[in-house]
Amino acid sequence: MIENWLERKEVCICCGSGGVGKTTASAAIALGMAARGKKVVVLTIDPAKRLANSLGLAELGNEERLVEADVEGELWAMMLDPKRTFDDIVEWHAPDERTRDAVLSNRIYQELSNAVAGSQEYMAMEKLYELHQEGRYDLLVLDTPPTRNALDFIDAPKKLAAFIDSRALQFFTAPGALSLKLVGRGGGLVFSGLKRATGIDLLDDLSTFFSSFAGMTEGFRERAGHVNELLADSRTAFVLVTSPRSDAIEEAGWFHHRLMDAGLPFAGAVANRVRPAPPRGDAGAEVEELLDGPLARKVLRTWEEERQLAKRDRANLATLRRRLGRKPIIEIPYIDDDVHDIDGLRKMDEYLF
Amino acid sequence: MLVTGKGGVGKTTVAAALGLAAARRGLRTVLCEVAEQERLAAMFGASEVGHSELELAPGLFAVSVDPERAKEEWLGYQLKSGTLAGVLGGSRLFQYLTAAAPGLSELVTIGKVWDLAQLERRTGGSVFDLAIVDAPATGHGLAMLRAPRTFAGVAKVGPIARQAATIDAFLRDGASTGVLVTALPEEMPVNETIDFERSLREELGMGVDAIVVNALHPRRFSAAEARTLESLDGRAGPAARAALRAALSEHNRARAEHAQLRRLKRAAAAPLATLPCIFEPELGLRELEQLSAELERKL
Repeated sequence: MIENWLERKEVCICCGSGGVGKTTASAAIALGMAARGKKVVVLTIDPAKRLANSLGLAELGNEERLVEADVEGELWAMMLDPKRTFDDIVEWHAPDERTRDAVLSNRIYQELSNAVAGSQEYMAMEKLYELHQEGRYDLLVLDTPPTRNALDFIDAPKKLAAFIDSRALQFFTAPGALSLKLVGRGGGLVFSGLKRATGIDLLDDLSTFFSSFAGMTEGFRERAGHVNELLADSRTAFVLVTSPRSDAIEEAGWFHHRLMDAGLPFAGAVANRVRPAPPRGDAGAEVEELLDGPLARKVLRTWEEERQLAKRDRANLATLRRRLGRKPIIEIPYIDDDVHDIDGLRKMDEYLF
Repeated sequence: MLVTGKGGVGKTTVAAALGLAAARRGLRTVLCEVAEQERLAAMFGASEVGHSELELAPGLFAVSVDPERAKEEWLGYQLKSGTLAGVLGGSRLFQYLTAAAPGLSELVTIGKVWDLAQLERRTGGSVFDLAIVDAPATGHGLAMLRAPRTFAGVAKVGPIARQAATIDAFLRDGASTGVLVTALPEEMPVNETIDFERSLREELGMGVDAIVVNALHPRRFSAAEARTLESLDGRAGPAARAALRAALSEHNRARAEHAQLRRLKRAAAAPLATLPCIFEPELGLRELEQLSAELERKL
């Protein structure tokens, strides 16, 4: 089924809230497409090296690595190092070595590229764009970062563009910019307030940061524009991964709404770890006949619990179906073993494809 | 007390259960949501938790920290003038600049939490004995803990640097701040818990105070019983077979979970407590009370 969603697609972006199995689903989709003859790369960006676990690999670098899997096509995997990616981009855009070094050694830049929420998301999008430009793969599968509000990554390119927007830059880069007369109405108050609230050193660092960034803004903005275009392109498919738990379903519905609002190409949802609907009929009498008292009671108790949870899953999925309208949902049943290696991923294949 | 853990492991549930237990012991407790999740309200059947404290249960309050509001409060305090802070906060230029100041949003968020835990509130609110933070998932959780130190480093001198250093010291003092990691007894959450404990120690010199392993399935069946169930598979009708398989699946799952639990116990330095799997379709206040009693007994 999912191969139909991905027909003529070059980018597949898996999104959803944390803990729903996004990483495993991304890896299983990538493996499945590779098994069907495609050259696929799966990208993840995650400090806990989850994809590495999913693929049974010890480590992944900031470069694609060929995964040893017996497939017709090729499966590559990559774990993104956001800092490295950011540095690479600076290097790419910097007009000369002096500017490059000034930016790379600036403390604001260093903290920005390391610690700020949002920069990771942006870097994921950047790398995605870069790999897509290089055109070495038939399909790129992106496991989106576990963002706090799960959608930061959509706004990430825009945010970074706004962030280094020339309007803010002008204040720093115009000659004598820190003098109040150039700052204009209200600006003087902002600066003196900021100075009182922060201490001047921060301003100095910001000023250096912005002035060395000045020559690079155009390049950054242009690129952010291209990244946004790629996200909205018809060759891109957004796949929503969710679990059947009510909080995840709630978030998935909202997520779908946001994707539609942003005009992004939504393909469908994957509901992971769904308990199968129990068969009709009463198991009680027969189980009691087959097993002795205490064991029969334990089995029936477990069965009752399972039925309750299966019922809950059905109800939650019905809610999701209503909210997604005509978009398809793939259900992956609960697999006994935790999926964290190639064999586990293969078990998901028969449900995904 | 910061409650963190991989996404989807039940941080909010554990934070809420902990809050109930603390309030029961007579501690005036505030639960802080920091990720615009608004999950607590639903759990306690309250309408909406906002940026100001709302009483959920006797002695148990909740706030949902809004970074923008926190930024304004912080400015108001820094500038000793609400009007000036309002003007600044509304300025586009100022928004650009503070957006550019790395980690400011994390700093004011953790700063708000810090303020809630102080005996003398900066913002003049009521005093709490304990603030429990439903923190972001492990990666972002670490970033939030790191923010004050990052900021103190960037600003070097001046009021931000001083204040960030105060918050940093408060967070890193084991006598004032605790860190609790929530996990599930599964491969990836266990790995993430182990990684988090190591990063916390290496990057911030902090230890994890407790690990709560959530939703552990009971070991109901012995190996011999499981074999009996397997052997009957061919002889049972459809409904009974489904029941037998459900029991076996449950058995395998419990076994895998306990293996993960053992692995975590071996690798983690912090003490471990487990919470049972709740088989109710939705978690309500009654289930929360049950988990809370369990935590109180085990921690």
